[in-house]
Amino acid sequence: MRAQYDKEHFRKHSLPTPFYPRMAELSQDSSWHCWKGYLSADYFENVELEYFAIRNACSVMDLSPMSKYRIRGQDAEAFFDRMVTRDMSKLKPGRVGYSVWCNDQGKVVDDGTIFRFGEHDYRLCAYERQYEWLMISSAGFDVDITDETEGVAALSVQGPTSFAVLSKMGLSGIETLKPFGIVHFPYHGGKLMVSRTGFTGDLGYELWVGGSKALTLWDELFEAGKHYGIRAIGTHALDIARIEAGFIQAGDDFTPANHTIRKDHDRSPFELGLGWLVHLDKPNFTGRRALIREKEKGSRYRLVKLDIDGNKPAHASYIFHGRKKVAGVVTSAVWSPTCKQNIAFASLEVAIDDPLNDLWAEIYYQRELQWNRVWQRCRVHDEPFWSPPRRRATPPGLF
Amino acid sequence: MTDRYDALIIGAGHNGLVCAAYLAKGGQKVLVLERSEQVGGAAITREFAPGFKVSACAHILHMLQPKIVRELKLKTHGLNLNGPPIETISLAADGNKLTIRRHNIEGAEVSDTDKVAYTRFIKRMERHARALAPQLLKTPLRLANAGFGNVIKLAGMGWDIRFGLGKKRMRDFLRIIGMNIHDLLDEVFESEALKGALALDAVLGTAMEPRMPGTVVTYLYRLAGGLKSIPILPMGGMGSVTVALADAATSFGAEIRTAALVESVLLEGGCAVGVVFAGGEEVRAPTIISNADPKTTFLKLVGARNLEAGLAHRISNLRTSGRAAKLHMALNSLPDFTGLEQDALGNRLVIAPSRKYLEHAFNHSKYGEFSAAPAMEITIPSLADPSLAPAGKHVLSAIVQYAPYDLKGGWDAQKDTFVERVVDVISAYAPDFRDKITTVECLTPVDIEREFGMTGGHWHHGELAIDQMFMMRPTYGTAQYRTPIDGLYLCGAGAHPGGFVMGAAGHNAAQAIIAGDK
Ligand SMILES: Cc1cc2nc3c(=O)[nH]c(=O)nc-3n(C[C@H](O)[C@H](O)[C@H](O)COP(=O)(O)OP(=O)(O)OC[C@H]3O[C@@H](n4cnc5c(N)ncnc54)[C@H](O)[C@@H]3O)c2cc1C
Repeated sequence: MRAQYDKEHFRKHSLPTPFYPRMAELSQDSSWHCWKGYLSADYFENVELEYFAIRNACSVMDLSPMSKYRIRGQDAEAFFDRMVTRDMSKLKPGRVGYSVWCNDQGKVVDDGTIFRFGEHDYRLCAYERQYEWLMISSAGFDVDITDETEGVAALSVQGPTSFAVLSKMGLSGIETLKPFGIVHFPYHGGKLMVSRTGFTGDLGYELWVGGSKALTLWDELFEAGKHYGIRAIGTHALDIARIEAGFIQAGDDFTPANHTIRKDHDRSPFELGLGWLVHLDKPNFTGRRALIREKEKGSRYRLVKLDIDGNKPAHASYIFHGRKKVAGVVTSAVWSPTCKQNIAFASLEVAIDDPLNDLWAEIYYQRELQWNRVWQRCRVHDEPFWSPPRRRATPPGLF
Repeated sequence: MTDRYDALIIGAGHNGLVCAAYLAKGGQKVLVLERSEQVGGAAITREFAPGFKVSACAHILHMLQPKIVRELKLKTHGLNLNGPPIETISLAADGNKLTIRRHNIEGAEVSDTDKVAYTRFIKRMERHARALAPQLLKTPLRLANAGFGNVIKLAGMGWDIRFGLGKKRMRDFLRIIGMNIHDLLDEVFESEALKGALALDAVLGTAMEPRMPGTVVTYLYRLAGGLKSIPILPMGGMGSVTVALADAATSFGAEIRTAALVESVLLEGGCAVGVVFAGGEEVRAPTIISNADPKTTFLKLVGARNLEAGLAHRISNLRTSGRAAKLHMALNSLPDFTGLEQDALGNRLVIAPSRKYLEHAFNHSKYGEFSAAPAMEITIPSLADPSLAPAGKHVLSAIVQYAPYDLKGGWDAQKDTFVERVVDVISAYAPDFRDKITTVECLTPVDIEREFGMTGGHWHHGELAIDQMFMMRPTYGTAQYRTPIDGLYLCGAGAHPGGFVMGAAGHNAAQAIIAGDK
């Protein structure tokens, strides 16, 4: 079902989300961008302060533009099992799973989270719009697919004090909620759903309500968080946190296969370091044949996490083997304030005999319109740069 | 447990039988499973009124590949290709008919210039057709992941076109291949009657009209398939061809089971390992070959959910909506066609007086209606083969276009009106026609789908248009007979090179399977 909105909406490039009135008040510079048709804040006041709210206190981000689809029906599990690379029989009701899904060529269409509400009731959340692909994938399955993007408002509440804030709000029982779990609360005559999920690699939750309850939720949350350093954040701060946490982003670290025109510009799950999500022992899922072939023949690329010397973020830098041969390119880069490291993701071409111990980034940076160039040594980092124990602790600490 | 059979073939259409015969000849143990009581699919002879028999779908044999006739020794299995050769007569209401033979034409109204032009045109088209013809009996090349074999094939196809044709003709080929037949005919001829009759050949059995791009391809395709044969009305009807094929296949050791409706392809670990019948009975074999059309094969027998999403989507998007109906009439005596001698009635009679006529006929079908004045291809096979009708009586068999599968309001309520319409049109050329009719059988695309199991009632199991041909037939990813389901192959008209009673798809599939194409 589509929610009702202004008939004149098409005159504006982007639609406001249900939280817009509060966010507009907070936005110092009116710095917005368009996230799949909705206004999304770059930042409200200061990116550093917002980033530190994620890592040291409690951050709140408007997730409403996220594409949300309800998939219901007898065949819902079988449908997901055929669509995504993961074995979906393992995802139990009340749980959330992360997965990628591919086209027939085994290239990633998008990644996202799948919420299993009940035996035959799911929600898929993805960064990109997926309605068409869901419809294409649904042929032969008894499922009903509804776009809920417009009707469901969502906030991501992340950071060490997030648990304390939600407890303060009166969401009792939340202390037993494990990572990737879901709980429901009655909420002012409606419903509030809380999942222990997020994109920051930290302790955190996502809150989901009907659009009409959005402003009430915002107000209650900020009231409860008053003494816990709560702060609204934009996507710039989140971007730093997600790179620290090792999360890839469609459009930055890979081009969704359905948007890719040029040969070899798409990526398979193996090429994104997501092989652990691929269950080739399932008899059938979209991309399986191609992925089996890739497994036999080898991949074209590999995505690596890099720890780079110096402090200049290696945005869009080329990565070289031994400062001579191009090995690949940086897809995401940032100076990590928490780790005090210069970190990046890079997509490297796979050549079997190239060791990964002599990698260099050629970094360009500007000072007063002057371009400078430095060479910095890079080390491959296997683990996420940031993954504190509080992320998984249940019950979480009251920081 | 070892399987009793090496290969199961779903469907005993002529392609399934050709495939069975080649595999059995090659030493494989083959079982053919046919849903009907009778083998042959759309190439059968059957009784539609007491004592009246007719070729139920295909009625003119003009493409059966001589290589197949020879290699399967079909003549020793009873194939009779001695039916009298037929020529095309384009009917005119005023009796001013036009006779079209392979290399010359004759008839009032046609100028000497057109006569000369016709011979030159056909020779020119036949040369182009010869460049295409070698592709008919080959597995199409694969574009993605092209290995060395594919490069050789591509080179071969290029060679046939470039050196088979020569520079000047290749240029001509490339210029006209994307054209429509309407415009091409305008470049060459004056007579509209001639242009109408030739245009019919380009659109018969398709969902196209002469002004549509791609109609030169269909025209050349028809020529290419028939280069080495003379069109005939087979003695005993089209069923005689498939009876001979079944006899050949069984003589090589293949078994055929009729009244055996396959409900699904049995899958294990994503591979085809057998078939399941309606009652639940299973038969297993390492190779499963489907003569059923691609939509039936993939969406019903395998099931969309057992395919990857992109392929399932492409298959469900195949254009399979038939627009040709088949009418059979029992006649108590021969009708009198204006301007036609009795012995001319044994030919191929067409009603396509102009290209505009075809366009108008087509227009209705675009909007879900049948043609106000349909185009037709008519035969009276009982003239050459009296065994098809009681003594002194006759059968008339007509392909009628356009009769859309998805008729607005449905066929049930409108079939009688449609038949009336057809009788009216024929009566314009044979005024006493109505009085001769004792029984009518009308097969709309919906009937053809139901009775012959062809999705959409489509002749070719899917439109034979340039985007659904060669390495795109039925669609990329499954165009080399082998499907993405390991162990499952296609061998019917939905695979390259398409339909007509040609046998090429069955032949090529067998070769691919024998060669172990992976
Ligand atoms: C009205 C009409 C007129 C035509 N006129 C001509 C003509 O004059 N000349 C010409 O050359 N061509 C003509 N054609 C085209 C030609 O008849 C077909 O292209 C050709 O017969 C297709 O052969 P096939 O073996 O590939 O498929 P089919 O003949 O369709 O055979 C498929 C077989 O599979 C069987 N089958 C399907 N599903 C199952 C199942 N689940 N289990 C078991 N069996 C199954 C079917 O019963 C059928 O026997 C005409 C077609 C039509 C419809």
